[in-house]
Amino acid sequence: MTEPVTFEIQRYRPEVEDEPTWESFEVPCRPEWMILDALNHIKDHVDGSLSYRWACRMGVCGSCGMLVNGEPVLTCATYVTSVLPGTVRVEPLRGFPVIRDLVGDITDFVRKLERVKPWIVRESEKPLEEGEYLQTPEDLGEYKQYSMCINCMLCYSACPIYELEPDFLGPAVIALAQRYNLDSRDEGSQERMDILSRQEGIWSCTFVGECSTVCPKNVDPAGAIQRYKVTATVDWFKSLLMPWAGR
Amino acid sequence: MGGPVNPGDTRHHPRWYRRRIPIFWWLGKVSYTRFIIRELTSLAVGYAALVLVLQVWCLARGPESYDRFVSWLQLRPVVALHIVVLGVLVYHSATWLSLAPKALVLRLAGRRLPGAVVLSMHYAGWLVASAAVLWLLLAG
Amino acid sequence: METISHDILVVGGGGAGLRAAIAVSETSPDLSIGIVSKVYPMRSHTVAAEGGAAAVVKPEDSLEAHAYDTISGGDWLCDQDAVEAFVTEAPEEMIRLEHWGCPWSRQPDGHIAVRPFGGMKLERTWHAADKTGFHLLHTLYQTSLKYGSVTYYDEWFVTRLLVDEGRCRGLVAIEMASGRPYAMVAGAVIMCAGGAGRVYPFTTNANIKTGDGMALAYRAGGPLKDMEFVQFHPTGLPFTGILITEAARAEGGWLLNKEGYRYLQDYDLGVPNPEPVKLSMELGPRDRLSQAFVKEMEKGRTIETPHGHVVHLDIRHLGAKVIDTELPFVRELCLKYENLDPVKELIPVRPVVHYMMGGVHTDMHGSTPLPGLYAAGEVACVNINGANRLGSNSLTELLVFGARAGRAAAEFAAGGAGSANGAVLAQALDEERRLQATLVDSEGGRERVSGLRNEMQAAMDEGAGIYRSAEGLESAISTIRELQERYGDVALDDRSRTFNTELVASLELANLLDVAEAVLHSALNRTESRGAHQRTDHPDRDDERLLSHSLAFRTEDGVPRIEYDPVTITRWPPGKRVYGKQVS
Repeated sequence: MTEPVTFEIQRYRPEVEDEPTWESFEVPCRPEWMILDALNHIKDHVDGSLSYRWACRMGVCGSCGMLVNGEPVLTCATYVTSVLPGTVRVEPLRGFPVIRDLVGDITDFVRKLERVKPWIVRESEKPLEEGEYLQTPEDLGEYKQYSMCINCMLCYSACPIYELEPDFLGPAVIALAQRYNLDSRDEGSQERMDILSRQEGIWSCTFVGECSTVCPKNVDPAGAIQRYKVTATVDWFKSLLMPWAGR
Repeated sequence: MGGPVNPGDTRHHPRWYRRRIPIFWWLGKVSYTRFIIRELTSLAVGYAALVLVLQVWCLARGPESYDRFVSWLQLRPVVALHIVVLGVLVYHSATWLSLAPKALVLRLAGRRLPGAVVLSMHYAGWLVASAAVLWLLLAG
Repeated sequence: METISHDILVVGGGGAGLRAAIAVSETSPDLSIGIVSKVYPMRSHTVAAEGGAAAVVKPEDSLEAHAYDTISGGDWLCDQDAVEAFVTEAPEEMIRLEHWGCPWSRQPDGHIAVRPFGGMKLERTWHAADKTGFHLLHTLYQTSLKYGSVTYYDEWFVTRLLVDEGRCRGLVAIEMASGRPYAMVAGAVIMCAGGAGRVYPFTTNANIKTGDGMALAYRAGGPLKDMEFVQFHPTGLPFTGILITEAARAEGGWLLNKEGYRYLQDYDLGVPNPEPVKLSMELGPRDRLSQAFVKEMEKGRTIETPHGHVVHLDIRHLGAKVIDTELPFVRELCLKYENLDPVKELIPVRPVVHYMMGGVHTDMHGSTPLPGLYAAGEVACVNINGANRLGSNSLTELLVFGARAGRAAAEFAAGGAGSANGAVLAQALDEERRLQATLVDSEGGRERVSGLRNEMQAAMDEGAGIYRSAEGLESAISTIRELQERYGDVALDDRSRTFNTELVASLELANLLDVAEAVLHSALNRTESRGAHQRTDHPDRDDERLLSHSLAFRTEDGVPRIEYDPVTITRWPPGKRVYGKQVS
């Protein structure tokens, strides 16, 4: 690019200020740069105190989610040219308390993830000597999409409910619960239903649908949640009308 | 589960920042605004249900009461209002049905039915149900 | 200074660290475990691995074949007893991962599907499409959440190991969110902090691969083994260095030079065949392929681009269906980062630093010479990868040796947990003072972290690339020496305590400089060419004098003491690496 790009970046230094402030940087961007490259340029050459997370720079680790011009994106996978012309505004993801600059605290997600038992739950394990559980490519296809979640939290940032209702489990957690529910090797659907069919589970979701729109890996958490609403409702009716049907 | 973080120790750990959600947060993004409008259309559903209840109640109270109800329905402003309500109800139903392909994963001969097929099945069902109701009303 | 105590501390929450923690929980459920990671575990670089994990599964395959492929691929620098244990335990580990939910790719009948891979005689690479590392890591992380005995210290940066009376007693770590250092004591510490690709400018590795674990162990006295062996993966995207998995070649991709010619046939790697032939051409070992690129470049037959010389990876003939089933991530990456569709266009690729065969010296149980300190994964050097690692052995290594180190550490720690005695606490307080000084005294310094880092990377690229010479290495050594001195004069812009990423970058730079020192001196002293270490001034392999591992011990004056430890040979005496011929 011929002219430098103006970046307006949210800063927050809790030791010296109560509220975040904005700081402006002129960055001589190259056409092949991602937003992340511009942030690295600022950190390396202008202001080393700019704090943000990044690791893989190839869109698979989920570290670098931020709000760019109001949209939650992976900064390592968003070209600077795609958000031009104009000033580029960079803020931390919504819905998470801001620790510093562009770094939010995601421990809420990790705690909620644990609660939905995101592991294979089985009555009895097959001995290792007997080899693998058979799972056809079709079986794999049932849950594969939901297993692609990189935990980038863009969906949490896009979901207005998550910010309004602090107990809401959130899109990624529910999608990951579904990933295990639909895995042919898993037997834990009933166990997960307890937590998922509560108010803080699927029923907080009013299908705004933004989570699926922003998901960089096409996990479609909104779809996972709506499907589960059907499952949970059917299950509820079943338990009402046929309480003798055990598991 | 996580390591200790001591919020009381201000030298090492100052407060984290949580923004105050603006009242009109939903005006910030088109998709949010559309969402709120969609949710508000349920008011029209509530209203239509109320009119129905009113109709039954008037019917129960006798032919005079019912005639008064019908003449109220025929007032110009009421007709205009109800045309608007009908429009909102159709929009409400359409957005409701658009959820169906997300919530329902149907399979035929091992392959997943595309969303468009699931959706058109729902619209077909709606059409059939509406036609049946209309026939009942007009045949009687 | 606050002290935290656990029976076991695991440094690093990647594949090896998580597997080790699970192994401890399963063998000794009453031991308390702390996983201390500078990033959330799902950000660990295991997540970026693509191709697969090798383990014998086909009836016509054998453990001997896997072992032989690994040993010859490693140019006979592998410890054969460790390799034998590795190949034996590999299939079980993979089944265990499958039972834990890993979405391995399947055959139509539901059994595990395996693909061929570079340097392997037979198909034995288990894979989850081409995002194997991602699925492996998430499966391990989610499974680890089951165990109540594990506490996660996410975004805690370890700055020092605490050693007292010849035994590792714990570590000092900064809680990044608050900037507060903690003394953490344990019965045993398992180091799983990964490799050090960021010591070079062009690498597949994430920003976080800064050799922290290697430097920590190095400073604590545990020698670094075989550091001169740095793997250059033949196919990285130019500019970004993003990895294009070997699986693209395993599925049948071709490497073409400027004239569209499959140039590998000129380098003793076989004859071109339209279908992929195992152990031949594009399925040769990584070191030979990267070396072939350099030779092509010298002949002027590579393509020049604004981001350096490249060759072309052609997967067009595989067709969209195969690419979308087996290589969907490759297609995604090319579309996003190169604006091209590999279904219709050629992918520009060039050799890129990918993996450190060397690392913290361990035995085949993951124990280091320092009692109480264990290591597993890329940070460690057992050595099963030898002078050149075969693709898809590394993910398996995480599981096999992560589990071994976990079990060994659990046994050791059960014999008496860690407690903070006076000497240990004094060391920890010392470290706290040092960190405080780094933060405060950096005002007025004249060097920037990024400037020194760039200079280091340039020196490594120049002096310790695919082909090395005594001259080049000595020049790089003196540059690194100078940088280490100038490091004392670093100025930080960020003097805050809250999530100070510049301080962390500065500490990482110190680690990288230590790693660079070990790599360069080890490389200078190895006066032969073997595997990934190629000396233009010593072009032949010297089994008489150098069938040994190099051990770099840190010294006060900055010149590591290099010793040699003979390679363990059990069944396969050193032979010739043969690729491209029909192997019966």
